[in-house]
Amino acid sequence: MSIKIDRDKCISCGRCRNICPGNLIETDEAGKAVMKYPSECWGCTACLKECPAGAVRYYLGADIGGRGGYLFTGNHSDHTDWFIVSADGTKYQIKISKKESNRY
Amino acid sequence: MTGLKLAIQTVETDVLIIGGGTAGCFCALTISENSNLQVVIAEKANIKRSGCLAAGVNALNAYIGRGETPESFVDYVKRDSEGIIREDLVYSIAKRLNIVTEKLEDLGLTILKDKNGDYVPRGKRSIKINGENIKPILAQAAAEKDNITVLNHVNIVDYLVRDGCVIGALGFSLRGNRIYQIYAKKTVCAAGGAAGLYKPNNPTFSKHKMWYSPFNTGAGYAIGIRAGAEMTSFEMRFIALRCKDTIAPTGTIAQGIKTVQVNAGGEEYVEQYGRPSTHIRLYATVMENRKGNGPCFLKTEGITDEQQMELFKAYLNMAPAQTLKWLERNTGPGRENVEIEGTEPYIVGGHTAGGYWVDHHRRTTLKNLYAIGDAAGGSPKKYVTGCLAEGQIAALSILEDIKVAQIIKRDDNRIKEQVKYLSRFLENNGSLHPITEVEEAMQKVMDEYAGGIASAYGYSSAKLGIAARRIDELLIIADTLKASNLRQLLAIFEIIDRLYVCKVLIRHLEARRETRWRCYQENIDYPQKDDKNWQKYVNSVFKDGNVEIIFRELVGRDAVYEHKN
Ligand SMILES: Cc1cc2nc3c(=O)[nH]c(=O)nc-3n(C[C@H](O)[C@H](O)[C@H](O)COP(=O)(O)OP(=O)(O)OC[C@H]3O[C@@H](n4cnc5c(N)ncnc54)[C@H](O)[C@@H]3O)c2cc1C
Ligand code: SF4
Ligand code: SF4
Repeated sequence: MSIKIDRDKCISCGRCRNICPGNLIETDEAGKAVMKYPSECWGCTACLKECPAGAVRYYLGADIGGRGGYLFTGNHSDHTDWFIVSADGTKYQIKISKKESNRY
Repeated sequence: MTGLKLAIQTVETDVLIIGGGTAGCFCALTISENSNLQVVIAEKANIKRSGCLAAGVNALNAYIGRGETPESFVDYVKRDSEGIIREDLVYSIAKRLNIVTEKLEDLGLTILKDKNGDYVPRGKRSIKINGENIKPILAQAAAEKDNITVLNHVNIVDYLVRDGCVIGALGFSLRGNRIYQIYAKKTVCAAGGAAGLYKPNNPTFSKHKMWYSPFNTGAGYAIGIRAGAEMTSFEMRFIALRCKDTIAPTGTIAQGIKTVQVNAGGEEYVEQYGRPSTHIRLYATVMENRKGNGPCFLKTEGITDEQQMELFKAYLNMAPAQTLKWLERNTGPGRENVEIEGTEPYIVGGHTAGGYWVDHHRRTTLKNLYAIGDAAGGSPKKYVTGCLAEGQIAALSILEDIKVAQIIKRDDNRIKEQVKYLSRFLENNGSLHPITEVEEAMQKVMDEYAGGIASAYGYSSAKLGIAARRIDELLIIADTLKASNLRQLLAIFEIIDRLYVCKVLIRHLEARRETRWRCYQENIDYPQKDDKNWQKYVNSVFKDGNVEIIFRELVGRDAVYEHKN
């Protein structure tokens, strides 16, 4: 369970570092975000939701059944787009409005 | 190499709140809305997404729904907790649950309503929400207030104490090389519960894929233990029944689509183990696995595509790993049942009863110190709204109590000693042991000797004796650890704090010579519940290096409990 940061997409805003509840993300000399403690990630997705550049990917470790699929988010004021790419490359998109309650 | 040097910054305030989580933010907000008092929140991360609420929550699980009353809520909590609760505390929370819920809605939380404008029930005591952004909503409300100062990325390591009174706290910033000494007339501990004491379900790469926040490392309890505050009911651990591997909640499925638990043979198994309370559903699953009837599942196969999509969404709103787990394999709960397992044990005052021993006003046994939320004991099943209610109760008490209070400062020599203790880890020569080795050693000891997953949660006094010795040894080793930067200093304190919690927990487990709660407190030497002798609280105080056990009589619903020695 962890996240990966795409260095090329990262615009060095520092928001993911500022938000992580575990203080796990640091920045390098160029101000780019670096996931410093991959095995200490709780998987809360706070950093994904904070990132303005869609540079953070979320994946499951192989120890909990991860097979290379991943998830990232598109963040908007009224809704969140969740993009999931499965291990075989199938793409899913689920849009959730912030005004829509859980049914269960 | 000389170590990092830390400068000292002094802050003075009326009220210091340690931990800007659910309870802490709401306590600050209540004080701010009712007074001009200055409030400082010291938070180890960033209040916008720190603590339990980081990913979002599923529902508001404590609410007095139609046909229910505060009294029936207390009855329910008492029944589910086998009688050992502080009825006075639960009752005071129950009376405020609906008030704080409305306040949450005013702040911007989405709550599902029917066409008459009433909240749609999810269960008798639960309502439906979109809980994904609950923490940013709370945090923003607190941060906007002029008389609330938020110190993000400041980790508190101890109280400042003078003549038995808490006069503030000491911490360090993870951002500047600074030690904070914060003096306050009143201090509130809202630093959450303790995860990471035991070897977790996924002990390798995904070690932090656990239910409770791995960043709540029992600091709130530990600083109280070290300062001599009385603690209660640590032996009532909380162990959650969760989806296998992702450790995502099961209630969403079980209550949402009204499904049942089945074993590998497809048989429903829970009821043969007793009335299906929270801990019996877990115990039944553990027992089925031990008998060779596992794995166990939530029966979801065959649910409709629409139900499946609602589950995908619900999990994205609070435990996204579960939806990823399904879709990464192009599957879902409609196609296959969801495997379930018990987690490692946690100490969480918002779910079970472990935490500070508080009076009716949420005052702890240390003068000028209050405790709320997962940090405070005696009242299980607080959940989000109960934590808010406690934040409100403590805030209102403080508004009264503070009228005669003043800032007391500590003499410089004692401060110097504490600062020296903190800085020592930066100055230590390289330790024989890396930081994570001590953490893993602690989790292994607790797992094997203090009723972890490895022993199906059971323990005996012979095993606890070994655990106690090993934890003491690890405390000595922890003192030699070396931090090269502030993040490592944080990691060291997270371990030391958990070791103190373990030390107290072991004594509590040993002290209750019965088995009151299946799995939570499974004393193999005394495998039966013993109502005749054990309808009481097990409390403790840490004094001169020893954990002293105190037994206290049950407190009734209408009592106004005050501390008298
Ligand atoms: C994954 C999960 C899902 C849940 N789902 C639900 C649900 O659906 N419905 C429901 O009603 N309840 C739910 N709960 C329960 C509820 O969220 C908690 O009981 C409640 O949020 C606890 O509030 P708290 O303020 O005590 O702790 P938290 O909100 O965790 O706050 C503690 C704060 O203290 C900070 N802190 C810790 N140590 C230090 C230190 N040394 N110095 C400074 N700061 C520190 C932490 O960073 C954190 O911000 C859930 C809990 C979890 C863990
Ligand atoms: S998912 Fe959460 S815990 Fe993991 S790095 Fe991002 S913010 Fe930190
Ligand atoms: S939030 Fe995104 S863009 Fe900003 S530093 Fe982090 S990864 Fe880079």
